[in-house]
Amino acid sequence: MEVKYYSQQKLLLFKITEEIDECKVKNIRRRADYEIERFMPKRVIFDFDRVTFMDSSGIGMVIGRYKQAAMLGRKGRTYKFN
Amino acid sequence: MINENEMKLEFISKSNNEAFARITVAAFVAGLDPTIEEISDIKTAVSEAVTNSIVHGYEDKLGIINLKCKIRDREVTIEVSDNGKGIENVEMAKQPLYTSRPNLERSGMGFTIMESFMDDLKVESVLGVGTKITMKKTIKEQQKEEIVTLEEALRG
Repeated sequence: MEVKYYSQQKLLLFKITEEIDECKVKNIRRRADYEIERFMPKRVIFDFDRVTFMDSSGIGMVIGRYKQAAMLGRKGRTYKFN
Repeated sequence: MINENEMKLEFISKSNNEAFARITVAAFVAGLDPTIEEISDIKTAVSEAVTNSIVHGYEDKLGIINLKCKIRDREVTIEVSDNGKGIENVEMAKQPLYTSRPNLERSGMGFTIMESFMDDLKVESVLGVGTKITMKKTIKEQQKEEIVTLEEALRG
């Protein structure tokens, strides 16, 4: 997963490139939580353009990040579903 | 003569095997020449069933998961079974968004996805004994592309 922080816009971009299942989602979640805490962005974007597979674990992860972002008063947005 | 095939796979309930299980089933049904969407649907349904066995059946402890695939003509039957703790209330478990482990960020959509992506879903479970998921999907006969000669194509 590639992580880019755009400091001017306070935008954190997560470009997910691997398959998303219950196994892989643990690493994604851990990394996403770490980077969100680290940068405290105003906006978070998940880019799924290069994701080749996703099951409901991915849905759980996105909803979880939405909730987490909302708790911190941030806006979340998903982007480019395959 | 009806096309028939069968396979059985046994593996331990480690998360790494979710990918292994879906790729194996995809490889097994490849011979039916499914569309990308059909393969994707089957892979996702298998992923959901196997994940359920790992996360709920065995609750992340180690156990054995059985995966059986049968092909009869163009119908694929997939069976995922475990000797895990079983489901207390199957109807409640099948409800969209219901999860028995909300603290794990589970979406509760596993059964809903299996039901939507496969043509048929059967759930058999006994508390303390185990759970068996049986799903069926019929792979559609693809329209064969017409083979045209260059002359025919030029004639229009």
